[in-house]
Amino acid sequence: MSAPITYRQPVSRLWWLRKRTYFLFVLRELSSIFVAWFAVFLMIMVVAIGRSEASYQNFLNWAASPVVIVINVVALAFLILHTVTWFVLTPQAMVVRGPGSRRALATKEVNVAGRWVPAATAVRVGGRLPAAAVIASQYAGLLVVSAFIAWLVLR
Amino acid sequence: MTKRHLEPILWLLFSGGGVVAAVFLPILVVLFGLAIPLGLVQPDYNHLHAVVSHWLTRLVLLGLVVLMLFHWAHRFRYTLHDGLQLRSEVPIAVLCYGGALLGSLATLVIVLTL
Repeated sequence: MSAPITYRQPVSRLWWLRKRTYFLFVLRELSSIFVAWFAVFLMIMVVAIGRSEASYQNFLNWAASPVVIVINVVALAFLILHTVTWFVLTPQAMVVRGPGSRRALATKEVNVAGRWVPAATAVRVGGRLPAAAVIASQYAGLLVVSAFIAWLVLR
Repeated sequence: MTKRHLEPILWLLFSGGGVVAAVFLPILVVLFGLAIPLGLVQPDYNHLHAVVSHWLTRLVLLGLVVLMLFHWAHRFRYTLHDGLQLRSEVPIAVLCYGGALLGSLATLVIVLTL
């Protein structure tokens, strides 16, 4: 990697405090710390459950300590922020096509032995689901998964 | 060059982890992070042991944890880089992806030996 040597405007380390949207962006990025935290937390629990009832009880005592409870309350807030922002971003990041879509022929330039020549290709067009429908279906998925996990653990 | 080939894979792991974190984590934190430790609900140990020991649960756990760790690695890398303006790119990438890789290997060992 050879980056060109150009002037770079210095940016303050606290640039994200200047605007509310910047601050929200950084909060959203920080949610990843809690994703990792809870992945580790889950594995600690799984190891404890795998060992014995006594070690599961030890895990519960540790998990019920005020520090861990506070961390998990903060984690829940950040993870809800993650879920809400992730669901909003999905329809912007990908095109979801419903039953109204169809295949259409199109041409595309491909490189054959150094020359760009047109070639036939098929693309899907039409039937794009509105953002609200994509977001709603993600919440439906969240509900189904949450209900299933709660049922599996608590039945 | 390798970095250029890896980038799409890392991005895929990041977005896969983002999806599973968004869908699975709220209920898991409510249940295992808060309700069960606080004694609001008390599932039986033998039942939990049976659920966790099932091969499908172990497979799902492995998938979830690996994706979430790489989600963290990718996003946290850019948090350090853009948020805190830390410019030492290689050590940051090694720390983040290396951490996720180590965590994934540990998870693999855990689910195989459970």
